[in-house]
Amino acid sequence: MAKRKTQRLYFVLLGGLAVATGIALVLTAFEDSIVFFYSPSEISQQSLSPGQRVRIGGLVEMGSVNAVGDTVSFTVTDTAETLDVTYRGILPDLFREGQGIVAEGYVLASGVFQASDVLAKHDETYMPPEVADAIKAAGEWRGDDSATTQKTAATESTATP
Amino acid sequence: MHAFANPTRFLKLAAVIQPWAIGLCIFCFAIGLPMAVVFSPPDYQQGETVRIMYIHVPSAWMGLFAYGVMAAGSASYLIWRHPVANMIAKASAPIGAMFTALCLLTGMLWGEPMWGTPWVWDARLTSMLVLFFLYLGYMALGDAFDSPEQGDKAAAILALVGSVNLPIIKFSVDWWNSLHQPSIFSMAGVSVDSAMLPPLFLMVGAFQFYYVVVVLMRVRAQVLAAKVRAARLMRAA
Repeated sequence: MAKRKTQRLYFVLLGGLAVATGIALVLTAFEDSIVFFYSPSEISQQSLSPGQRVRIGGLVEMGSVNAVGDTVSFTVTDTAETLDVTYRGILPDLFREGQGIVAEGYVLASGVFQASDVLAKHDETYMPPEVADAIKAAGEWRGDDSATTQKTAATESTATP
Repeated sequence: MHAFANPTRFLKLAAVIQPWAIGLCIFCFAIGLPMAVVFSPPDYQQGETVRIMYIHVPSAWMGLFAYGVMAAGSASYLIWRHPVANMIAKASAPIGAMFTALCLLTGMLWGEPMWGTPWVWDARLTSMLVLFFLYLGYMALGDAFDSPEQGDKAAAILALVGSVNLPIIKFSVDWWNSLHQPSIFSMAGVSVDSAMLPPLFLMVGAFQFYYVVVVLMRVRAQVLAAKVRAARLMRAA
């Protein structure tokens, strides 16, 4: 009896290992379709056919937002490469300079990304407004509403361990 | 552990735990809910909408936790034939499904104002929806056989196969680009302000004790139903 239980234990363990390996292989193979968006660096490496729909994501570069009527143009950056985006429509409330966003659309012949949808991505940081103000006042801000301070903060933190 | 494979002994233990779990559940809700809804601070970016987190995050964790219990109970049933382990697994399924549904619904309500869309097919949202369907499949498969034992075994195997989804849900936001933000817990620490943690943990506690209370009730009902079935068979024979 005990022997059969051990046998069943090994059977379940081996079965679990086989299923996990299978799923891992499938997920690795389909990685390109599982990622929700590409960064500007990834877009520049890909040869997209004209009009091919993709989603891009990154931070809205500081000072790049330019609204004319209901058409907004801005630059999305992953701090290595940038991509100019133009969009006509209503932006989500969280959209602002320095904010992470995801845009769906296609690259025009001019190299500009024509977005049909813009979604705001927010990070996992939650804090009361007073705390955010206090951190900003102390100059320790690392939030996502300033890509430039984030960059300097990152270099500072690597410089001073 | 094996000692509690005996239903009668398990019910005795359950009778001791039950009142404490009920008390703690009420306590956590009584303090946690007002804190979450009224007294905790708004978020610097999201404002009052952040309060959805106090329902959304605990229900997501409970959705995963209940599945973990279901998978462990199913493994224990398949390997050692523990009847109580299978009862716990079966009792966990509808509660886990409810928490997963609650997580998906509150996520949609949160996504609409913050992201600008209630639903996208990114890795986190999709894998969570798969979890919900796994719960439904587990419950349906268990009832789909003429002999209850056959149904239990088939459902237990499904629960084990589906458990590969748990790490996928957990790490989906780290492995792939997703619209959903990463976990609030990372190697660097907690990214939630300390003023928001007490209501969050109280709500997690409330949901957790609610789960314990309902699982014990459901296991008790299953033991009694099995006794009734046995008595009926005795009388018929």
